[in-house]
Order: sequence, then structure tokens, then C-alpha cells
Amino acid sequence: MRFLDREGLGSLLARLVAEGYELIGPTVRDGTIVLDRIEAVDDLPAGVGEVEGPGTYRLVRRDDRRVFGFAHGPDAGKRFLFPSSEVLGTIGRRNGHLTAPPAEAGAEGRRAFVGLRPCDLHAIEVQDRVFRGGPEPDAAYAARRDGAFVIGVNCTAPGGTCFCDSMGTGPVCTVGFDVALTELDHGFLATAGTARGGDLLEEAGSREATPGEAAEGHRLLANARVHMGRSLDTSDLPGLLYRNRRHPRWADVAERCLACGNCTSVCPTCFCHDVVDDVDLAGETATRVREWASCFSVEFSHTAGMEVRTSREARYRQWLTHKFASWIDQFGTSGCVGCGRCITWCPVGIDVTEEVAAIRADDGAVALEVGA
Amino acid sequence: MSAVQADARADGREAGAPARPRVAVFKLSSCDGCQLQLLDAEEALLELAGAVDIVLFREARGRSEPGPYDLAIVEGSISTPRQLEEIKEIRASARFLIAVGACALSGGIQALRNAVEYGDTVARVYPTPAYVRALATSTPVSDHVRVDLELPGCPVDRGQLLGALAALLGGHLPRRSTAPVCAECKRRGYVCVVVARGEPCLGPVTNTGCGAICPGMGRGCYGCFGPSQPPNVAALVRRFEELGDAPERARDRFRLITSSAPAFRDGLAASAGEPGRTEVTP
Ligand code: SF4
Ligand code: SF4
Ligand code: SF4
Repeated sequence: MRFLDREGLGSLLARLVAEGYELIGPTVRDGTIVLDRIEAVDDLPAGVGEVEGPGTYRLVRRDDRRVFGFAHGPDAGKRFLFPSSEVLGTIGRRNGHLTAPPAEAGAEGRRAFVGLRPCDLHAIEVQDRVFRGGPEPDAAYAARRDGAFVIGVNCTAPGGTCFCDSMGTGPVCTVGFDVALTELDHGFLATAGTARGGDLLEEAGSREATPGEAAEGHRLLANARVHMGRSLDTSDLPGLLYRNRRHPRWADVAERCLACGNCTSVCPTCFCHDVVDDVDLAGETATRVREWASCFSVEFSHTAGMEVRTSREARYRQWLTHKFASWIDQFGTSGCVGCGRCITWCPVGIDVTEEVAAIRADDGAVALEVGA
Repeated sequence: MSAVQADARADGREAGAPARPRVAVFKLSSCDGCQLQLLDAEEALLELAGAVDIVLFREARGRSEPGPYDLAIVEGSISTPRQLEEIKEIRASARFLIAVGACALSGGIQALRNAVEYGDTVARVYPTPAYVRALATSTPVSDHVRVDLELPGCPVDRGQLLGALAALLGGHLPRRSTAPVCAECKRRGYVCVVVARGEPCLGPVTNTGCGAICPGMGRGCYGCFGPSQPPNVAALVRRFEELGDAPERARDRFRLITSSAPAFRDGLAASAGEPGRTEVTP
């Protein structure tokens, strides 16, 4: 295990910039830690912590200068790897002929992500299965993904809605990083996940960590595990949800749910989108855009001339059941990584762990009729 | 409108050259803000003028041509006895009618009077009430005539309006999303004002289309685009109360620009019937 001081992290980031990477990292905006373009280590939120709960997020001052002393804001890697709005192509009409200029591949430069969390790294693996795991990989997604350099950060301060420990995705980075850091008072423990990450750690002036530093890292992460804001019993979740399709809890949550779709927008694995065509006034150019959409919208279930999920109850059940059950049938992995964002950023504070627990508490309360 | 376009050609109104659709822009009870979205469209307006003949647009030009029109764009609510007639004449003169803006779609801010006693209000506001010739209610265009397309907003969003015209010129109906403002906030990366600041916001129940202007400025949404997909008004009222609104204040947030939109009005009525509530919605 290596050790890197604050200056060392600064020089690691500077090296990435010199190599042409755009840095994407946590920074404070509008009372929140968002992921955005940063220039250097000084843009990281030093001494900032957060209090997260169902439907609420507030920043607080920490009594130290840690730069990763919080869990996360609404953004994950998704916003950058699967942009909320993306031009898929344009078609022009000139003198009766159609032309389709090839899409500008790799228009964005390479990005280095600074400070993604273990749940975020797992979420990227989940979206990899969606966008490039099938027979028709999404070329633009794959290019962004392959161009990315990832610095993961282990969580020493889990948020009030985090439950990665239950989902087996955190609080320690296990997949998808070039470098993983654990922040200590005076610097960072660092592990390389790739040869490239190892080289950069060398170049940035890291040294071997002392046994005392390594032990401190262990202590912090063990402590994080017991300070998860939430937990979820994951035993046979697919079976539980499939056999409780008529559970009264669905109507109960539908009465509270706004169907606003904020949960799906902030969820780092949700990938649903709409494809929209725009034409110009002259009728000469059509642009096809892919944009984030949500299974909570009525229009999203518009199929063959009708909406198939008109009630909020049906839409909430669709979402939760897809996340925790049918996702596994579809992609071989849970659709939930336990980041808790859907709980924090729900304007009315609906908590997936609480909803699942309520269904489990009354498992089989309403039997499915035969053939249902 | 391409069917309309073909008709125009068949009429032989411009022998030789394919006739361009004749467009008329009307105003009823409203502030002109929606028309201004068209008038201020700059280059796009020139492009539009190249694609259609704008033959009536009193805000923009002195000369008006009589109907029939291929397309009528109507701003404003039905608020006077004269407008009851006028909207029928407009409908009869137009093949395709688009109602634009909160006034035309739900009666607008002037529909606040729908919930109070009309005579009293006129007497309180005007020194000589006898001069006022108005209806007791302000109502949407669709209460009186068939409307082919509705575009919400206060004002209507210019991009949405021009996009709808472009789609119609291309021969298809425009897509009109019923998703809430939240969808747009999240696409743009705006931080949620409810969650991060405890600020009441109508975004979760308001139709998208404005580009989430107000949350983007750190303010709660006023709901000027009107109700989104069947909205859960009662749940949001409860949330506003949790955030510190007095019960009547929480409900008044829905009674502003689109107060008479049925989904808001009925949603409030339903929430009034919840256990623990005694108050009756006007
Ligand atoms: S379902 Fe909720 S907790 Fe699970 S990954 Fe998505 S946002 Fe995170
Ligand atoms: S669960 Fe919450 S965030 Fe998700 S749609 Fe319902 S109200 Fe919105
Ligand atoms: S955010 Fe709401 S109030 Fe503001 S412009 Fe949009 S619809 Fe209107």
C-alpha cells in the first residue's frame, strides 16, 4: 500500500491535466457537493461534510480539512458517461437528397474522475452491461468509458442514506478504479488498480505506507461499515417482490409518491431514455436526440397507442421491482448499488429500504391469485 | 398541417408556386407575453416568415387579411361576452387551432376570480363597475371550441412553440411531453431546491417545457406550465406543510397562474377531504 500526501495528490491531478484529461470531481455548488469540472486539488471541498436523510441534504463544516469528508451529492459517473441529452445523429435534405453526416465520435476529450465512491464504481459496471454488454454496444458510451481514468475514494464518512454494505458494493473500492484512496488526517493511503494507476502513483511521489498508516486506514473503514445510514435485508429479493405484486404497500407508497422521477434521475444505474426527433422550420434538417427519461412518467409507458402503466402504483412497483428483481434476470446483477441517492433526493423522502422492509414484514399478506 | 398545405395548393391561391400556409395570431384576455415570444424570435421569425404567410398578427403588423386561415394561434382566455363570439369566429375560420399559454389553457391568472364572488370583486376594484363588461369567470379556449394543440406556459416557451410549428410544417404532430419540471432540472444538473434548501416548489407536479427556469435560479417553481401528468397534489401539499407552510399557504401555492387547471383544482379539493382537514375549497 502506498501513501500520498495532499501535495502528491495535487501533482497526480496536474499530471492528468498535462496528459490532456479533463478533471471531473466533487465541488461545492448551490449548497450541495456536485460533480463538475475541476482544475486542481484546491477545487475539492476541503472541510465540508454533509447531513443526508430522506428528502433532505445539507452541507456542514467539518472540524478538519479533509477533501473527501462526505459521502456524495446527487451526481455519479452517469451524468458524464451517459449524458442527459445526446445528439445521436442528424439528417439533412438538400435538393431532394437525404444526407446523414457521420456523428462526431469522441467529441468530448478524455476524462479523469476524481473521488468516485465504491457504489459509483459498481454502478458504472452495471451500466457497462446495459450499454456495451449486449450484441449492439453503444459506441459513444464505450468511447467515453474507455477514455476514462478513475480515482476511487473509499468511504470513511458514509451518508445518512447509504446502504452499500448491505448491497456488497462498499464502502471499499473493489472494482473499476485506476487508483483508490483512503483519506487520513495527513494524506491518503493509495492502491493502484491498473498498471497505469501504479505508474502515476510513482510519478506523483508516493511512498510506501507505514504500518501505522495502514492500520489507521483499516480502522476508519471498519468503522464506516458500522455507520451505514441504512441497511437492507437482501435475501431472496426477487422472490419477495415477485410474489408480492399485490401487496397493499404499493398503494400506500403510491399515495405518497409524486411520480416526479427524481429517484430515477439520481440513480447511478437507471438508464431509461427517450429518443426525440426535432426538425427545423425550413424542413431541411432533422436531429435525433437521446435524453434521460423515467419509468415514473406516464408517457414513458406509451406503447402502441396507449399507456400501459397509468397508475402511480403500477409505476412505483415497476421501478422497485426492476431495480431489485427483474434487473437480475435481465443483466445478471442487482440494479441497486445501495448508494441511497434515491432516498435523499426524493422530494417527499420515500425510502426504498423502508418500502422493501414493509413488504417483507407482511410477506404474502395478499396472495397472488392462480395464474396472476 | 401538410394536409392543410395541400388544400391551400388545391385552392390555387398562388397559382404556380406552392401556396404557403396562412397563419393568423389572435389575442383574447392576456398580457401579450406569448405573442412576444414569437415576435422576439429574431432569426427564427424570419425563417418562419419564409415558411408561412403570417396574414394576421395585430401585435406585429397593421394590415390584417380575412380568413380562412390554415393555422390560428390563439393567446388568452375567454373573459368577456364579446370573446365568447370571437373564439367561435376564430375556430370557424381556421383549419388548425393552437391555444398557447396559461390563459388560453386554463384561464390564466385572471381565473383567480372564478373562486370568488364576481360582483363584489368588480365593485371593490373599479370605481364605476357599470363600465366593466366581463364574464363572471375566465375560462380556457377548450371550454368553448375544439382545440387541436395546446402549448402551456406563462409565457409559452419559444423553442417549444417554434418546434411545434416546424413539426406541423413537416406534416406531423409535435411531441408534447407531460413529464414534470423535475425531469428538466435533473437533465440540466440543477440542484433540487426542496431537498437542498427546504424551499417549496411546484416542479414535481408541473409540466415540463420551460427549461426549469426558476429552480435554475434557486427558486421554487410557480407552476406556470400547469399540471403535468395526473399530479399528486395532496402529497405535495403535505410536503409543503412539513416544510413549514401553514395549511392554507401550502394550498395557495397551487392557486396562482394556473389556478383553474382542473388537475390542480380537483387535487386541492381531494386533499381537503383528507382526514384531519376541515377546510372547504371554494
Ligand atoms: S435504487 Fe436508490 S440506492 Fe439503489 S442504486 Fe439507485 S439511487 Fe442508489
Ligand atoms: S419515489 Fe420520490 S423521487 Fe421517486 S418518483 Fe416518487 S416522489 Fe419522486
Ligand atoms: S420552473 Fe415552474 S414557475 Fe418557473 S418557469 Fe418553469 S414552470 Fe414556470
